[in-house]
Amino acid sequence: MVVQCSAGCGCNAVLKRPKTNDALCKTCFYWAFETEVHHTITSTKMFKSGQVVAIGASGGKDSTVLAYILKHLNEKYNYGLKLVLLSIDEGITGYRDDSLESVKRNQEEYNLPLTVLSYKDLYGWTMDDIVKQVGRKNNCTFCGVFRRQALERGAILLNCDVIATGHNADDVAETILMNLLRGDIARLQRCTSHITSSEGSLPRAKPFKYAYEKEIVLYAYFKKLDYFATECVYAPDAYRGHARALVKDLEALRSTSIIDIIHAGEQLAIKDGVKLPKQGVCSACGFVSSNVICKACVLLEGLNRGRPKLAIGKSNKALAEILADRLASAASLSSVQDQF
Amino acid sequence: MEVSLNFSGGAELLFGKIKQHIINLPAGETWSMKKLLSWIKDNLLKERPELFLQGDTVRPGILVLVNNADWELVGQLDYHLQNKDEIVFISTLHGG
Repeated sequence: MVVQCSAGCGCNAVLKRPKTNDALCKTCFYWAFETEVHHTITSTKMFKSGQVVAIGASGGKDSTVLAYILKHLNEKYNYGLKLVLLSIDEGITGYRDDSLESVKRNQEEYNLPLTVLSYKDLYGWTMDDIVKQVGRKNNCTFCGVFRRQALERGAILLNCDVIATGHNADDVAETILMNLLRGDIARLQRCTSHITSSEGSLPRAKPFKYAYEKEIVLYAYFKKLDYFATECVYAPDAYRGHARALVKDLEALRSTSIIDIIHAGEQLAIKDGVKLPKQGVCSACGFVSSNVICKACVLLEGLNRGRPKLAIGKSNKALAEILADRLASAASLSSVQDQF
Repeated sequence: MEVSLNFSGGAELLFGKIKQHIINLPAGETWSMKKLLSWIKDNLLKERPELFLQGDTVRPGILVLVNNADWELVGQLDYHLQNKDEIVFISTLHGG
């Protein structure tokens, strides 16, 4: 049983596009997929000519395909970008050490410079150490917060102007649902931006924002792109798993669900008068924060004091404690005093 | 009837870490994909069936290709296997 390509080119179709239900052959699929990413980039004015872009590279399916496509599109359409690979080693045995091998292969295959930063060097803790302290619940909080900052630090080190990550449509849909389920209005508002940017931090772009995970995987499969595919050993306990299961079930019922959720998320407007946290900078490390001291610093304080749960949940109590300590022991903290 | 099964994207971990399995199915019967999945559950799946199957079909997030084409193009569970068919199962359920 053979289905013809919907584009009318006469070739046999190899996949059914979840977004449109079109049946496409390999060549038309590559063209459609690449053109859509190109459109996402140009219509949102994601990059400017001459910029240095740090591609967050984990060796996984999304970042491998991202590196391949950005390089391809940069050349084909003359974006004028300088691309570098930036990888973060969280120190998860049996997961990250293997995937880093995959990133090194990407570096050779795509001929892009690679820099690797580790949690151990940046924070003095590996994820394995953290999980031993924190347990298997809530450890993703540490990892996510630390990684975002690590990417930022790495990108600054390499004189980059913007960070590109491989977050795909499925990821964005899951995030929208998660923020809804947890009542996180501020994040709900921010998470659908093509580029998240705020004072004191580098812009982060998501060229794959509208690209379905299924298509990324099939693109890699048909193009024979090599990536590392294993679930993080700590992932099965993550809260995101619930949102992911729902999104996947919805996709099976009605494949446009994913892009519809993103559309709904983008159109959401916050009512007037709703109090949102203001984004400033952390008084301890200078990175972006909506509190006096950023989450990463609070998490780290907790770990170093042997009280890892200090920052999990509502952070006000933890902050008050830490602030009281710092005010008592520091000579002067004028920036903190100004805030009050 | 000889059929080749390929598991990747992490799915191979459920099948003894072996990516390719050439199997022989008893002749004289019609083998739909639905029947094949049932056969895989009984004969090949080494552990944690809920990570591969959900109800009658594969767990959402596992892509299936029949002779290098999306199984959605050939009727998914209703597709009837033929001799020397190549079925590929790619798991997408991992970090990117």
